[in-house]
Amino acid sequence: MAVNYLYPEYEVVRNYDRCIVCRVCERQCANEVHQYLADANKMVCDDSKCVNCHRCVALCPTRALKIVKTDNTYKENANWSNKTINEIYRQAESGGVLLSSMGNPEDFPVYFDKILINASQVTNPSIDPLREPMETKVFLGSKPKSIERDENGKLKNNLSPHLTLSMPVMFSAMSYGSISYNAHESLARAAEELGIFYNTGEGGLHEDFYRYGKNTIVQVASGRFGVHPDYLRSSAAIEIKMGQGAKPGIGGHLPGTKIVGDISRTRMIPEGTDAISPAPHHDIYSIEDLRQLVYSLKEATNYEKPVIVKIAAVHNVAAIASGIARSGADIIAIDGFRGGTGAAPTRIRDNVGIPIELALASVDKRLRDEGIRETVSLVVGGSIRSSADVVKAVALGADCVYIATAALLALGCHLCRSCHSGKCNWGIATQVPKLVKRLNPDIGYKRLVNLMKAWQHEIKEMMGGMGINSIESLKGNRLMLRGVGLNEKELEILGIKHAGE
Amino acid sequence: MLEGQARIPSGCAIAGIIDKTGKRMSGEAIIKAITVMRDRSNGLGGGFAGYGIYPEYKDFYALHIFYDNIAAKKNCEEFLERHFDIINLSKIPTRKVKEITDEPLIWRYFVTPLNTKLSESQLDEREFVARCVFRVNTRIDGAYVFSSGKNMGVFKAVGYPEDVGRFYRLEEYEGYCFTCHGRYPTNTPGWWGGAHPFALLDYTVVHNGEISSYDANRRAIEMYGYKCTLLTDTEVITYIFDYLHRKKGLTLEEIAAVIAAPFWQTISRMEPEKRAVHEYLRNVFASQLITGPFSIIVGFEGGLMALNDRLKLRSMVVGEKGDKVYVSSEEAAIRIVEPDLDRVWFPSGGEPVIVRLNGGAESGS
Repeated sequence: MAVNYLYPEYEVVRNYDRCIVCRVCERQCANEVHQYLADANKMVCDDSKCVNCHRCVALCPTRALKIVKTDNTYKENANWSNKTINEIYRQAESGGVLLSSMGNPEDFPVYFDKILINASQVTNPSIDPLREPMETKVFLGSKPKSIERDENGKLKNNLSPHLTLSMPVMFSAMSYGSISYNAHESLARAAEELGIFYNTGEGGLHEDFYRYGKNTIVQVASGRFGVHPDYLRSSAAIEIKMGQGAKPGIGGHLPGTKIVGDISRTRMIPEGTDAISPAPHHDIYSIEDLRQLVYSLKEATNYEKPVIVKIAAVHNVAAIASGIARSGADIIAIDGFRGGTGAAPTRIRDNVGIPIELALASVDKRLRDEGIRETVSLVVGGSIRSSADVVKAVALGADCVYIATAALLALGCHLCRSCHSGKCNWGIATQVPKLVKRLNPDIGYKRLVNLMKAWQHEIKEMMGGMGINSIESLKGNRLMLRGVGLNEKELEILGIKHAGE
Repeated sequence: MLEGQARIPSGCAIAGIIDKTGKRMSGEAIIKAITVMRDRSNGLGGGFAGYGIYPEYKDFYALHIFYDNIAAKKNCEEFLERHFDIINLSKIPTRKVKEITDEPLIWRYFVTPLNTKLSESQLDEREFVARCVFRVNTRIDGAYVFSSGKNMGVFKAVGYPEDVGRFYRLEEYEGYCFTCHGRYPTNTPGWWGGAHPFALLDYTVVHNGEISSYDANRRAIEMYGYKCTLLTDTEVITYIFDYLHRKKGLTLEEIAAVIAAPFWQTISRMEPEKRAVHEYLRNVFASQLITGPFSIIVGFEGGLMALNDRLKLRSMVVGEKGDKVYVSSEEAAIRIVEPDLDRVWFPSGGEPVIVRLNGGAESGS
């Protein structure tokens, strides 16, 4: 049926003067875009299969390939975009929910890009991080309400379990299953070398990775996949996942085709069965139930691990966070609406949730107004794209940030947003052995370390410019921020002044 | 723009003198010291704190209050009468000095909390007094309590500190310890309450610097019932000191390790027991760490503490002669008072100099 035909959004352009018919593109493309015509000794391609992942572009030895946005278009219409029209055709054909991957790509305001950072001039010296110590070490966890002394007057260590990080960045939850073994190994090794943490997501922990336990946050989510006593005990912290920024209010679904071999064993479910995480935890229908799960996990681990509760940034996030802070959680993680995912219904991803900048500002303020900010640490993600975003998030009030999309980019992801297809040409979001082995963990972990070292250096430079030599003094220091092009209400919620004020 | 409406960075001069035996001296010497550092002030604020100056009323809180007008005085006195037994009240004696103008009404009250009110509040006496001070300063328009300790007092104004000293007839007071401040703000505060020292109960702070951690510290301390109305560094430092010392029970040395914490690389080289203490303090009181340049002298009943920021980005020198210890932004200010010193030293960044009555000057160096 002709109406079913959708012209490809991107076109593969081959420069035949440069193409040497080496067939690398053909071998590299799991989507089978490229094909060799033996009779003509010529490469041809089917644009309709292309996801624009740039694997062929990056590996073409003669730079003969490029991907361009097509200029084929319907009659222009500000209300009915090409994308909207195509989605209607697809749904009319399939009757199904549209699926997407990675974070919300739509044109909503990015508040981080409308916030500027201060620097010292005259009245206060800037500090050169190459000459003076510049500290980025942070602790995550609940602070004791009062100090205690022993009979000799010495301070007692009455700290509750906490995490110590060399810099305020952690790798956010991505399950083994949604990403590959080699991607997990890269994250784990990088976290260990950097003195930070990575997060198992809801996929259990592969037995090979127990040795990275002291840098591992294990997740307990609504499907409880892979949760058992050794899993909990192996970790540095336990995260209860209540929600995810990319798809607030709904659960997860890893198709049976990906539940193979080790993944089946790690998740503790039979091979080939779909791994369905329900939308809510069916033992948590209210805040008092959450408290029971927090303490169940603490009991199970002898009160030795901090417990993180992760929620999606939704409209009433400040009140929800306040409830969580009183439920025994040591750390609250908030995931903004731009956070990534391996698969989510498109309409949910693009229309549900709120920006992390606003959620963070209002949660931090609410917890301070209630005098309970020190009983929890705040970790924010979704999406933190650069060291400048880290600095802005900390100045708004975060103790630490979560990154995942940025980490995947470091591993080679080109944000083609096709993770749900399972055919990731970069060996990240796939379980196909020949694709997985394209990601070399020896190189992958090093690239993650490089990225974090670069960010750390930039964070230090920005702190030095502000005359701040310890990240603690940046936390919640909103006077170091100014807004540009924001209205009164936005400034009020962010708790910052406008540039020039 | 008035103090409290905008954040005003300022440079400054500070000085302090203490006699470890508790022997009282007149305010003459501290005026002489600060006069030498006239270049470090710009006439937009100066002030003094004197300890041991009210021996005849030593068991009563001495409230020094600025009033904008008679109505404010009336409102405030009604409040005071409801909460305190007022033993004595008077105008604070001043003399006309042509450099000091636009003076508010300046009154002094010696008070003790009413027993009934105190027991009703379920607070200890000092907390009760502190809360009453906050109440006046935030709720009673035109009234501002700028000194509230026992047997001590703050005297401050808009002007050069030596003129402020003459205005308040400081030479007529005798105390065992004086601190002093000359202010160099970067715009016109025009309000007397904005001058230093800043005080709460018997804690006073004179401060030179501009802290870069201000808003982090402010937002943290406001969680514990403090209200930063002046938007000055000195105010927030005073509250941090009060919070850590009076409310949390940290020692002076521990407070120094919180607000001007040693760097992690230094802590990592300490022997294990000491290292554990520093790690603990930096973790628990991370929000009270102060960064950016400062030199401060904190006065309290029975002593003083001088402290530089962790990198020593502001000058501060300490001198000792017999039982007297001098602290100043510049050595010249000490030499003019006592040319023949037994010892002069420059404390390192983050290294507190703590002087207690009947004790020595303690310093790591």
